Amino acid sequence: MVSLLDIIGPVMVGPSSSHTAGACRLGLIARALVGGTPDRAKVELHGSFARTGVGHGTDRAIAGGLLGYAPDDERLRESLQAAEAEGMAITFENVKLRGDVHPNTARITVWRGERQAVLTGSSLGAGRILVTGIDGFPVEVTGAYTTLVLVAHDQPGIVAHVATALAAEGVNLATMRVSRRQKGGDAIHVYELDSPPEDAAVQRILQLKAVRTARVIERVA
Amino acid sequence: MAESLQEAVEAAVAAGQSLGEYALEAEAAEGLRTVAEIEAGLQRALDIMRNAVERGLQGDIRSVSGLVGGDAIKVHHGTGPLAGTPFTEALAAALAVQEVNAAMGVIVAAPTAGGAGVLPGTLLGLARRGEYTDAQLVRALATAGLVGGVVAVRASLSGAEGGCQAETGAAAAMAAAAGVELLGGSPEQAMHAVALTMQGTLGLVCDPLGGLVEVPCVYRNATGAAMALAGIEMALAGVTFPIPVDEVIDTMGKIGREMDVRYRETAGGGLAATPTGRRLAKERLVQLKPRG
Repeated sequence: MVSLLDIIGPVMVGPSSSHTAGACRLGLIARALVGGTPDRAKVELHGSFARTGVGHGTDRAIAGGLLGYAPDDERLRESLQAAEAEGMAITFENVKLRGDVHPNTARITVWRGERQAVLTGSSLGAGRILVTGIDGFPVEVTGAYTTLVLVAHDQPGIVAHVATALAAEGVNLATMRVSRRQKGGDAIHVYELDSPPEDAAVQRILQLKAVRTARVIERVA
Repeated sequence: MAESLQEAVEAAVAAGQSLGEYALEAEAAEGLRTVAEIEAGLQRALDIMRNAVERGLQGDIRSVSGLVGGDAIKVHHGTGPLAGTPFTEALAAALAVQEVNAAMGVIVAAPTAGGAGVLPGTLLGLARRGEYTDAQLVRALATAGLVGGVVAVRASLSGAEGGCQAETGAAAAMAAAAGVELLGGSPEQAMHAVALTMQGTLGLVCDPLGGLVEVPCVYRNATGAAMALAGIEMALAGVTFPIPVDEVIDTMGKIGREMDVRYRETAGGGLAATPTGRRLAKERLVQLKPRG
């Protein structure tokens, strides 16, 4: 739902809401997928991100997001130096992603210890974003809610268990979507939540046999 | 949020409200935020806008590439025939915010960063002597938000999708409605100010040199504020625009969809593709090459 505060906002570091603030948010979500600052990041820029990203600070904004800086954090300006200082190796590459891809799209691969994640996301304008892929699964994550991302074996009843675990902790579901690459393989579950889940709820969900990973992405918009 | 500005205006008139009051109450009725919460958010936006104008008017900042900066203060101290009027102060304030934006300073995207100077420029130009309370300015921002929401749904707020008409053009339309609200005009006058302003920005291309939000963006925020003031002045004088406002907004969206990709933030056409534009971009982008 669009709020007056989405239009008169966000408060952000310039120069471009789509190429800077939106890009920063994509970085923040990629960071959340590996639970903190990555050791290494590969950023592939598509379309207008590739053609005009440098001038818009897209590289610094994504790096800043990966370091945990919000879109209104003035440290974004110097984030590439900060990445070096913090030991996050980051590379940028211009690519042409296949299919019907939004002009402002990035694919971000991040590594942190044992964990790895691949995020594909677009900046839709006015700072709004849409994550369209996580680890090769199609998803729709806006970052406007706290989001719970599960990878689980595709079998009946998982959604009900997850919903019960969340309800037991008093967390209300705003939206949910399940998608999979093939029947009976792994499926990805994306739950947008009205409030952040307590650790206890996430632990209960992780105890479900079919659930392989559970990741919580804090609201970024 | 409203999907038709015409319907929002009719609802405001029926309720005996200004467009800003209507916008606040309509959003509160959706149940996610109270009027006081939205007002607090808009007050924060107003504070950041003021800070950005002040910062820009110190006159000592340069953009990331060094191409722009220092022009806001020239206009602020200008001695032209309109010096000291809201018009000139709006130009100076719009330039100031956009110079801060180009230097990676903190601004309010309204609706986008590339068009962030138009709305504060127009409103703070009109309110340059403190004639209006913050509560009035907050209601004006709510009015602008309502208009921007309709434009987002019916057309676009992205230069990559719709060219500059969707960024500084949308911002000017929002600022026009906000200015009418601030000056005490009716919801119908605000609506006509939107149409009268937007008809003047239709077709505006997004052609930044080297893709930097610098040239012509900084200057285009000033001319965007001028366009908003033109719409406000005409609407408050009783001028009405013959094409209904929602159809004008739809037209902006349609033109954006039909616009060649060179004119949608790709730096492939317009001023970006001039011999000088290409040369300047090349010189500046070399120093900005990403590490990797």
